[in-house]
Amino acid sequence: MKITAARYSREAPGRLGPLWTFLFRYGPPRWTEYVLRNWSGQRLVIAVPYLWLLLFFLVPFLIVLKISFAEFEPLGRPPYAPVFQWLDEGALQIKLLVGSYVYLLNEPLYVSSWIYSIKVAFFSTVLCLMLGYPMAYAIARSSPTYRNVFLMLIILPFWTSFLLRVYAWIGLLKTDGVINNVLKFFGIIDEPLSMMNTSFAVYIGIVYSYLPFMILPLYSNLEKHDLTLLEAANDLGAGPVKAFLRVTLPLSFPGVVAGSLLVFIPAVGEYVIPSLLGRSDQLMIARLLSDEFFLNRDWPKASAVAIAMLLLLVVPIMLFQHFQNKELQAQKK
Amino acid sequence: MKTQGLFSKTMLGAGFVFLYVPILSMVFYSFNNSRLVTVWDSANSPTLKWYAKLLDDGQVLSAAWLSIRVAAMSASGAVILGTLAGLVLARFGPFKGRALLQGLTTAPLVMPEVITGLSMLLLFVSLEQLLQKVAGVQFDRGVITITIAHISFTMAYVTVVVQSRLASFDDSLEEAALDLGARPAKVFFRITVPLILPAILSGWLLAFTLSWDDLVVTQFVSGPGSNTLPMVIFSRVRLGVSPVVNALATIMVLIVACGVILSAVLMRRQERRRKREEQMAAAG
Repeated sequence: MKITAARYSREAPGRLGPLWTFLFRYGPPRWTEYVLRNWSGQRLVIAVPYLWLLLFFLVPFLIVLKISFAEFEPLGRPPYAPVFQWLDEGALQIKLLVGSYVYLLNEPLYVSSWIYSIKVAFFSTVLCLMLGYPMAYAIARSSPTYRNVFLMLIILPFWTSFLLRVYAWIGLLKTDGVINNVLKFFGIIDEPLSMMNTSFAVYIGIVYSYLPFMILPLYSNLEKHDLTLLEAANDLGAGPVKAFLRVTLPLSFPGVVAGSLLVFIPAVGEYVIPSLLGRSDQLMIARLLSDEFFLNRDWPKASAVAIAMLLLLVVPIMLFQHFQNKELQAQKK
Repeated sequence: MKTQGLFSKTMLGAGFVFLYVPILSMVFYSFNNSRLVTVWDSANSPTLKWYAKLLDDGQVLSAAWLSIRVAAMSASGAVILGTLAGLVLARFGPFKGRALLQGLTTAPLVMPEVITGLSMLLLFVSLEQLLQKVAGVQFDRGVITITIAHISFTMAYVTVVVQSRLASFDDSLEEAALDLGARPAKVFFRITVPLILPAILSGWLLAFTLSWDDLVVTQFVSGPGSNTLPMVIFSRVRLGVSPVVNALATIMVLIVACGVILSAVLMRRQERRRKREEQMAAAG
């Protein structure tokens, strides 16, 4: 199939090649012919997913970006003033307002929920790593028969509803919930612990929901390790702990990064878990976005929150893509 | 080596307890007679009355049916687009704009759902305005917008699965077919698709599950009257635990468990058959 690609590039000599031929070599009547020749087959195959993603993924972001600079008009339908406007004289008027962004930076409610979101995401990632690393390690070092069963057990909750799994924790954590009942039954506590609507519940919910995302990349990394390296370390006098710290841990670094990013990025923007389990006096940023949009109908501010969230996540997302591409390249070899 | 193994095995056990206790407790309490979900009414339990209630619950049933339709449609759309994108990225070599395509296909994997939802909704609103201005057509949000949004974020998963499957074997078979004079489309349907069929199937299932399960994006892009199952569950769960939801969860867990076990058994059988065939081929 690469052959066709090569043939196409021979046809288009310069950078502006196709455009040049399109504009000057062929007149309007030959237009269909040109499209048929160049857009058939391979180019069509590229064009279909490309256009879809451009229309339904890239364009929406540009719209969000545009609206984040618009002026809020509470009674408008839609509730923002147009950013681009053709004036009567034929001039294009562009009104870019940074008011929404200034508001985000100065409003204490927003600042505190930013800090809270990052804090929650960071500590959940650390907790996930602390639980997920030993699990992935144990799976990678178990015998092949068990390994498949364990992996299936890790993936199985992922296939069941995320929402219902978060919901299950309400029944466990409530004041008259399962955990309190069990602890009381064994006489460990007299008064029920209040665990619902706390940050603790949010941590539990996030770690619980995102644990498979941490374990799977770690496992696929740990499984590929060459165990003779550990034997060599052992022969050279390193104890198991030292061998782990000096050989296994550094080798598993890409898995740690991939898993951590897969937990951290969605956790920053988590909506469902804090809504069901979290505090009502300290919201996370995704909830603020949704409230701003649905309750206040302030589209410019909601868009500004989205853009700010994206800016915050741009570095982690780029890192993730970098590692993802590296992984794919490694598979090819 | 020994202590390390013991520690990680203990953590594995603890991790599995952590992963499964909530699910099992949901299953357990779905058979509880008491309306107070977590108080076990030992005199009248176990009972199936919440399952009967669930089957009478028109709101849940119609939402479930809508979710199934949306999930099936968006999984099919996502598989078509995602397979094409995966093929382009894995096989077409360098072309202009490849990096952008790669970025666009992996970005939805890590994009926070609220951002995807908001941007999709704003796009649909703009399209609505445009349609009204240009063609005077009134266009309502509902099943179609939900399906489009779901296709867009689930196709990324299909792309990754298909792309990594394609990357795991070289294109010598495809090239041989091309050399023998097959047209690219024929090569694709006769050689490539059968080779990546497992990836396509698992991509479809993944897309189906993600669409079936999605709450946040759906909440943004759905219109009045089109409530999917997660939306109904969310609105009920916000008011507190409900035994009917427990019964629903139990049924879903049961279906998923059966499906996963069945697919594992099938895969294993296939693997064994392949090994036997390889041995026979080697022997003679």
